Amino acid sequence: MLLTFIVRRVLWTVPFLIAVSLVSFALIQAPPGDYLTSFAATLAASGDEVDQGRLEALRQRYGLDQPFLVQYWRWISGVLQGDFGISFEWQQPVSNLIWERMGLSVCLALGTLLFTWAVAFPVGIFSAVRKYSIGDYIATTFGFIGLATPNFLIALVLMYIGVVYFGADVSGLFSEEYQNAAWSWGKLLDLLAHLWIPVIILGTSSSASLIRIMRANLLDELHKPYVVTARAKGLSEFTLLMRYPVRLALNPFVSTIGWAFPQLISGAVITAFVLSLPTAGPLLLQALLAQDMYLAGAFILLLCSLTVIGMLVSDILLALIDPRVRYQ
Amino acid sequence: MSIAVTDPREHRSAEQASQWKLMWWAFRRHRLARWSLYLVVALYAVGAFAEFFAPFDPDAANARAVFHPPQEIHFIDTAPDGSWSIRPWVQGQRLVRDRFTLEQSFVPDPDRRIYLRFFGRAEPVKLAGLVTIERRLLTAAEPGERFYLFGADRLGRDMLSRVIHGARISLSIGLVGVAMSLVLGLLLGGISGYYGGTVDMAIQRVIEFILSLPTIPIWLGLTAALPQDWSPLTRYFAITIILSLVTWTELARVVRGRFLALRSEDFVTAARLDGCSQARIIWRHMLPSLASHVIASITLAIPLMILAETSLSFLGLGLQPPTISWGVLLKEAQNIRSIAQAPWLFIPGGAVCLAVLALNFLGDGLRDAADPYAQDGR
Amino acid sequence: MPDTMQAAWSPGEAEAAPVVLEVQELAVDFPSRRGVFRAVDGVDLVLRAGRTLAVVGESGSGKSVTARAILQILDQPGRIAAGRVLLHRHHTTKGAAASGGAEEVVELSAMPARSAAIRAIRGRDIAMIFQEPMSSLSPVHTIGAQIIEAIRLHDRLGKRAARERAIDLLRQVEIPRPETAVDRYTFEFSGGMRQRAMIAMALACNPSVLIADEPTTALDVTTQAEILDLIRRLQASHGMAVMLITHDMGVVAEMADEVAVMRHGQVVERGGILDVFERPQHDYTRMLLGAVRALDRPSPRRLAMRATKPPGAPILRLDALRKVFPSARRMFRPAAPPVVAVDDVTLDLHAGETLGIVGESGSGKTTLGRCVMGLFQGLGGRIEYVGRDGSRIDLLGMRESALRPLRREIRMVFQDPFASLNPRMTVEQIVGEPMLVNGTHRGAALQRRVAELLDMVGLPDSAMERYPHAFSGGQRQRIGIARAIALEPRVIVADEPTSALDVSLRSQVLDLLLDLQERLGLSFLFISHDIGVIRYFCDRVAVMYRGKVVEIGETEAVCTAPQHAYTRALLSAVPHPDPRHRGMTGRHRYTEGA
Repeated sequence: MLLTFIVRRVLWTVPFLIAVSLVSFALIQAPPGDYLTSFAATLAASGDEVDQGRLEALRQRYGLDQPFLVQYWRWISGVLQGDFGISFEWQQPVSNLIWERMGLSVCLALGTLLFTWAVAFPVGIFSAVRKYSIGDYIATTFGFIGLATPNFLIALVLMYIGVVYFGADVSGLFSEEYQNAAWSWGKLLDLLAHLWIPVIILGTSSSASLIRIMRANLLDELHKPYVVTARAKGLSEFTLLMRYPVRLALNPFVSTIGWAFPQLISGAVITAFVLSLPTAGPLLLQALLAQDMYLAGAFILLLCSLTVIGMLVSDILLALIDPRVRYQ
Repeated sequence: MSIAVTDPREHRSAEQASQWKLMWWAFRRHRLARWSLYLVVALYAVGAFAEFFAPFDPDAANARAVFHPPQEIHFIDTAPDGSWSIRPWVQGQRLVRDRFTLEQSFVPDPDRRIYLRFFGRAEPVKLAGLVTIERRLLTAAEPGERFYLFGADRLGRDMLSRVIHGARISLSIGLVGVAMSLVLGLLLGGISGYYGGTVDMAIQRVIEFILSLPTIPIWLGLTAALPQDWSPLTRYFAITIILSLVTWTELARVVRGRFLALRSEDFVTAARLDGCSQARIIWRHMLPSLASHVIASITLAIPLMILAETSLSFLGLGLQPPTISWGVLLKEAQNIRSIAQAPWLFIPGGAVCLAVLALNFLGDGLRDAADPYAQDGR
Repeated sequence: MPDTMQAAWSPGEAEAAPVVLEVQELAVDFPSRRGVFRAVDGVDLVLRAGRTLAVVGESGSGKSVTARAILQILDQPGRIAAGRVLLHRHHTTKGAAASGGAEEVVELSAMPARSAAIRAIRGRDIAMIFQEPMSSLSPVHTIGAQIIEAIRLHDRLGKRAARERAIDLLRQVEIPRPETAVDRYTFEFSGGMRQRAMIAMALACNPSVLIADEPTTALDVTTQAEILDLIRRLQASHGMAVMLITHDMGVVAEMADEVAVMRHGQVVERGGILDVFERPQHDYTRMLLGAVRALDRPSPRRLAMRATKPPGAPILRLDALRKVFPSARRMFRPAAPPVVAVDDVTLDLHAGETLGIVGESGSGKTTLGRCVMGLFQGLGGRIEYVGRDGSRIDLLGMRESALRPLRREIRMVFQDPFASLNPRMTVEQIVGEPMLVNGTHRGAALQRRVAELLDMVGLPDSAMERYPHAFSGGQRQRIGIARAIALEPRVIVADEPTSALDVSLRSQVLDLLLDLQERLGLSFLFISHDIGVIRYFCDRVAVMYRGKVVEIGETEAVCTAPQHAYTRALLSAVPHPDPRHRGMTGRHRYTEGA
């Protein structure tokens, strides 16, 4: 049952991934004029000689005079072999530019997810069990403020506090000496030492909403008849709470991988820009502003694929913890 | 089924109370939501009549007031002889240049009081482009005097006036965007829920797909593709369309869910057996049950729109100057140098938080009150 | 004091059994902002080993709260305000072994609700089973896990031994293939099987007291009989004291040794089963018994009506009617087999008669009613309606627009009086809707007609401007009936119109329907699961089982001399509100093909 569920769910992912790649390619195509026109314009603007032969070669290669689907096909077959096209702004293949940044983006998103869980799980349980206590009100207030404040604003305020009161720069993910260094243990530790600030900034709003969801779900579950049954068995209140209502209220936690992951990746784009983190976001933004569409398209494709995979993982985990999902 | 009624006066009239009356009673008990409603109405009023509430032209630059700090408003005016009167004033500021670094800064000028007047005369402006008014909420008593309650930006423009004018764009983009996603959501969600079957399946897959996309990269990609030479108004509508392309899904899910639930309700079957036409069943029997839920959902969708616009404009991909929105204003606070020098540039951010919070509380209250007929014992 | 209490007790065998649990002067409060609500007010109860005490009362009488107060598992913010709950441990099997027979009385009401002391009592000495077997078991744990948890909580057993014990318990409650059932989830079981699993869990530690809170209310009557049987047999083999909470006088008559009748939080009458049933002292008890007994025989009014005006020619004929629900097809999954909800049903409804359709849940009786109303597509067979002018019309395959005039002649009354009235419309709008959309009345004439209809169903004019939430269940059902007769129909399909109502209201609504039948010359297709109601109200009855009509005939003939094995099983399962008839019907289970 579980296996067939997983197989079915994985099969569903394929059309989604194809749709995602179509959307990404449509975005690449969206700006007026084709890619080479802007390429030529950029070259001309920077005073370089525009080599018509080279342009013609590129036109041939990407099938720019062909219909949309043909162009898409050429692009996607390249992507499947690891070729995402060329960034004209950087004058090098897109694949050289994206992987390290994508890796850091994933790191950041996973770290934030863990932080979100670590905060929301105990706080959510607490504010449901001690409903209308002072702690509950504090958690609720925090939750609302976390929801109402855009992440980038929190980042700005933290930066302001850091600079004005502590004279410290909270931006970036690495200290200066590791900025361009190769990966080493030292660099990894340095990354961890810097990672917590963006993690907190990014995690605020998703933990806020997760606390609210956890609280609401648990409040629903706390009064279900099976809780009374378990109490009538003679279970202690804590075991009871953990084994029954919390276990059932866990589902939204697992689903967060599905909905919070896209949000985290999304939100990280802006926050990373404010904090100038070396993740996918700032480069994507730069590429979009410069209309460097192959680079931007590669990022959008990868970010979207990540969220589709996140949904897949969350659905499978959900089926693992809740037998009802498997049998639907 | 029981209607929670606390006031005995209500109890007597409760038997004849319509849906909206019962909802209002339920909503009224939600104190925070009620105050949020007042605040939201006030904010929208300020946005709608921005020309009246803003003391100055938001685009009027003043080279002598670059990064002018905010001034505190005083209401009690004391004269040197000890007598006092009630009269609003602010302390004047003087521009001084540091002798060594040559850096300019403002210091309070104890000798100068700028007196203010409520409903004073000022240059005539067109209110919301319709009627010409000559009075403003707050003006300087001396014509030509300037005061900066929220400080001034890098061109010496009055932040208070800019925030007030920003409210118009930022708050209305939420409304317009939600109206667009409402049309899409009602239409597709309704079709999905009413007809079911293959249509439902297809629409559900599309919604699932859109929900699985990371919104901001997609928004960024779409806005980046907008031609730069579009007029501010065209751009404004283009952006609301882009925002509603994603947010309609949530509404469609709510509408579909309610439609599905309602379709199998006995009273809808009863209407069908009464001989009601399809249209009458939908309009007379189903939509009234739907309306309250939809209103609650759109109230909760507006703040998301506002946040999205703010984020996009902040990144420079949304609205562009000279359009004034809270996001455009926050763009000024993008680099650490300027906010360290002029922390009041954060004020539009505060306005965003306030509006979003109030709308969230309001939406929560509406959602709780949305179904006055819900069965007890949940 | 026990002495004074026993004075009210009927003499007899009951005295011999030792008292296991005593509830003395129990009061339970639910404080709220608007003051304190006293849900239970000075209740005294005595439970004896091996005997059953039935606590009977209508909804809101405080019977469930009393049961929960015994174990201190009251919902927030309920609390015990006064009184004592005493467990005589030396009279329990376990307690006697532990104390060597020395007297040991434990005061449960003195223990804090979260204390280890009361937790050691719960599930071990006193176990409880609940009404909703679906929601009372956790959906994400296997049945085995939930039973094993109960075992290991109180007994020091290894995992393997506990599992063996769980399997054994499942075998005791007659769940087939207990070795595999132990690893199943609750949603894989039917309602009856779930309740069996629930009982197995309650028996995990051999409790001396079993509190059963409406254990069969959510179940079909044949399943109810099996579960009651099971409880009785387990009681005999384990020597438990059983406290059975129910609203059904038939179940009381079937099960109880002693009865306590509760109303508004107080015990209004108690005594031995025969005393209460044959010599009820309190008016309320008499009313409850009267309402149940009235429904156990034909309505004299109906018999009189038929004597003067016998039913006429057929007005509605179903010929091999068939409805198959196709399985939902989904991508990447095998399709489930289609469900045959109505399987070649053939029957006639005569003018001026009432035809009952009786069956258990899933028998297809509701689907049959909705087929007649033209609410489904894709039917097989024929539904022939004989019009006022004698013309015969086949309703099947007609388009919605063509059906519209026919729906003025065939109307429906729904089961749920809460769901079937649009809460957002006034009573005037609800009752007027069919006349408005069919254009029969408008304006002042419509208003007059609505007032007239309300008067016919016994509601005042002032009801018109009110909304449905202002009315009780019985009144709402009257509104639904007024809407049904608004267009002067000839046939009314009534789908369980009384099952959502309290017993005392049922006969009132049925009498109203009889009254309307006489005045308007209606024919009823009356769907119900309740044999008593059918017997009271219907001239003929069709028994449905798994989509088929297995037997059809005069109601009295079917009830007294059933022909089909399923009808016999169904009738034998119905508990009679007479303790002297206990078990006399000779219960047997019906299995298809047997």
